[in-house]
Amino acid sequence: MIRSELIHKIADENPHLTHRDVERIVSVVFDRIIEAMAHGQRVELRGFGAFSVKRRDGRIGRNPRTGEAVEVEEKHVPFFKTGKALRERLNGGTDPGPDPD
Amino acid sequence: MSDKTLTRMELADAVHREVGLSRNDSAALVESILAHISDALVRGETVKISSFGTFMVRDKAARVGRNPKTGEEVPIHPRRVLTFRSSQQMRERVAQGNRS
Repeated sequence: MIRSELIHKIADENPHLTHRDVERIVSVVFDRIIEAMAHGQRVELRGFGAFSVKRRDGRIGRNPRTGEAVEVEEKHVPFFKTGKALRERLNGGTDPGPDPD
Repeated sequence: MSDKTLTRMELADAVHREVGLSRNDSAALVESILAHISDALVRGETVKISSFGTFMVRDKAARVGRNPKTGEEVPIHPRRVLTFRSSQQMRERVAQGNRS
């Protein structure tokens, strides 16, 4: 499923909204999640999952082509953890426990 | 960095403010978006939201794990796991916004 198909499904269920409205609604929701993470905040959607920000320490990396050492600065990256209810649904109704990885 | 956690409520609030729908309708739409994504994933589909990221379901085989505390061997059952790959835009905005 891609973004436009999601918009289509929601528009079908909400005949009182224009397609344009639904596009905006979908954009606002995803954008709000990114905005929160850009402020270092966590977004917890119970049953679905949680978006959070993880810090990656700076390190000395290597240019794979030249082998030259380069300093990689500390940075923050997005992270998603699947919620319990969705994990259960993906596994036919039983929770196999959190993924050990 | 703020430690505030957002929930469905803040997402519904954003819809309410930006689109002008009632809080109830906004909340129902947020729920509906999450439900459609979940349903597609449960059907085994990959969900690709441009400029946000891609949710993908992967099958993992059974294997023998170890309790890191006791060293005891425990069977890890086969499972379907959900992985999320963030879009380039999301990674850039998150890196930019949290730069110290």
